[in-house]
Amino acid sequence: MSLLEVKDLKVRVEDNEILHGLTLTVNPGEVHAIMGPNGSGKSTLSHVIAGKPGYEVTDGQILFKGEDLLEMEPDERAAKGVFLAFQYPVEIPGVATMNFLRTALNAQRKERGESEFSTPDFLKKVREVAKSLNIPQDMLKRGVNVGFSGGEKKRNEILQMALFEPAVCILDEMDSGLDIDALRIAADGVNALRSPDRAMVVITHYQRLLNYIVPDFVHVMSKGRVVKSGGKDLALELEASGYTQFEDAA
Amino acid sequence: MNVVLAKNETGRALSDSFALARDRLPGGGKVAEARNTAFEAYERVGLPHRRLEEWKYTDLRALMREVLPLAAAPDAAALKQAAAAVKLQAIKGARRLVLVDGVFAPKLSELEGLEKGVTVRTLRDVLETGDAALQTQLFTPDNANPMVALNSAMMTDGVVIEIADGIVLKQPLQVIHVASGATPAAMFTRSLLRLGKDTGATLVESYIAAEGAKAYQAHDSLIVAIGDNSRLDHVRLVEDGRDAFNISSAVITLGAHAHFNTFGMTSGAAVSRYQATIAFAGEGSRVETNGVNLLNGRQHADTTLFMDHAVPHCASREVFRAVVDDRGHSVFQGRIIVRPDAQKTDAKMMTRALLLSDDAEADNKPELEIFADDVTCGHGATTGALDESLLFYLRARGLSEKEAQALLIQAFVGEAIESIVNDDLRELAIAAAQRWLEARA
Repeated sequence: MSLLEVKDLKVRVEDNEILHGLTLTVNPGEVHAIMGPNGSGKSTLSHVIAGKPGYEVTDGQILFKGEDLLEMEPDERAAKGVFLAFQYPVEIPGVATMNFLRTALNAQRKERGESEFSTPDFLKKVREVAKSLNIPQDMLKRGVNVGFSGGEKKRNEILQMALFEPAVCILDEMDSGLDIDALRIAADGVNALRSPDRAMVVITHYQRLLNYIVPDFVHVMSKGRVVKSGGKDLALELEASGYTQFEDAA
Repeated sequence: MNVVLAKNETGRALSDSFALARDRLPGGGKVAEARNTAFEAYERVGLPHRRLEEWKYTDLRALMREVLPLAAAPDAAALKQAAAAVKLQAIKGARRLVLVDGVFAPKLSELEGLEKGVTVRTLRDVLETGDAALQTQLFTPDNANPMVALNSAMMTDGVVIEIADGIVLKQPLQVIHVASGATPAAMFTRSLLRLGKDTGATLVESYIAAEGAKAYQAHDSLIVAIGDNSRLDHVRLVEDGRDAFNISSAVITLGAHAHFNTFGMTSGAAVSRYQATIAFAGEGSRVETNGVNLLNGRQHADTTLFMDHAVPHCASREVFRAVVDDRGHSVFQGRIIVRPDAQKTDAKMMTRALLLSDDAEADNKPELEIFADDVTCGHGATTGALDESLLFYLRARGLSEKEAQALLIQAFVGEAIESIVNDDLRELAIAAAQRWLEARA
């Protein structure tokens, strides 16, 4: 069974239809890149998969391990194993990162009927992951993302991804606002999480990120549809010729 | 015309109950005279109503309607009920002083092994046998405020604590007000805390209900005098029963180079009002007051603070947070007066309200009256809902809607709770907030 199946998805925000019938199938172990110009609907797709309010699905469906994802609350989706790494992770003053991580992890485990993590196990796990991502301990004591640089915020997203061990990871414009060193650290973090059971959907505007996270499939989105799919070479082709050729096709 | 009638009816009923209660009210001679004067002052206005500016958001004639008869002194069963309730409020290392249904309960209190230089007496004892100066001090709150006047007339018991010069108390003093009765009744208490020079103390006041306590009324007042170079930390938690009324007043006076740090949180009671006057009588002193209202259902909570800067070089900070759900109503009135002599005053007030439903209401009334020209004064206020983008982020990480709200509410009130210096007391406040959050989940 496919891990994630998006079938002929139509989505509108207020009076504008953003996705006009999008189809995408993701199997375990695969890394899919979704590329496309600004306004093509890439971020909308990621938001609808995660369950962000404000989008109206007018047609089509999203199945996760065969279950109807659109019927689930955002927290149920998280507990089932859907993870969205935000393009712009929010700052939450007054909520310490460590407390947030523990609350979220235990909420997911509780939803799945698993026992809560013991504090020592939890701390050990967080420290290990933080170390591998070059996240200093004192960052974990601060409010969630408060005073974090762009790179630190993205690393904090990957830290959560490593901690929650989701089945499918949607990375929304992970490269935005990162310099080359920060990008490398973040990409290494993502690559370390690649596994035969886990799939990734990497949404990006630029081919650059795909030098670090090498995809199995590349999809080009334009005007709310996938207009071309191919292997990793498609990304290079795009880098050379640009998106304009697809605007007419859409 | 209707209002006048209502007042007379309320007044008549109460003056009967005042007459009936007379025999049970401690103190003769001058004390009895002072009670009569206070009662007359109360009767002239009766229960305050919305046409009195200070009470425009908290119309006790509409909300409370009448003053209930004086509660009976607690019997053995009441004391047993109260003892069970008190256990839940226990803090490690605190000296507990318990008032049950408005009467001091020696068996539930810890009076032995008092530190040198500390005296604790009951209000009843001081009114009956105390010296004239102390009795006079107990009547200092201004009868111009009708609820203060009523309290002066009817006060039955309380604690009178004196701390001698140079004594720094390590052990927090915890005054717990417990209502036990299933019969609706009113209790009237007044306490006094007098800190000499170079002293330090921590005072905790908790208002709670024993299981089964119904629509009671707690009328309380507190008088505090902080001597030169002294520091008082104060925590006040209102967790009264959801049918209860809590009408409390405080008058706090600071000497020179004194420090008063106070935190108040209201998460209980149907209707509550806390009116405090904080007066600077000596230079170089500092006050931090932090408050939190956590309200849901039809709860109404009013905090009315009057900061009186009469002398130079003093600083005051007021931070107030309200979280209001359902049809709750939070009121904050903050008046700051900077008198002509009070140069170099530094006074700031910041209030924020979080409204969790469309019917929730938060009223905020800052009043700054500045008569000196070399001062720093400011106030700010915001009202809003929980940030949707933060809620979605938390939900996308697996938190349910209620869990996500709870985490953001904790963060919102956290800044005020963090002002509590003592770790055990901060935990006590966090636990009270937690109880409110769990009750709404």
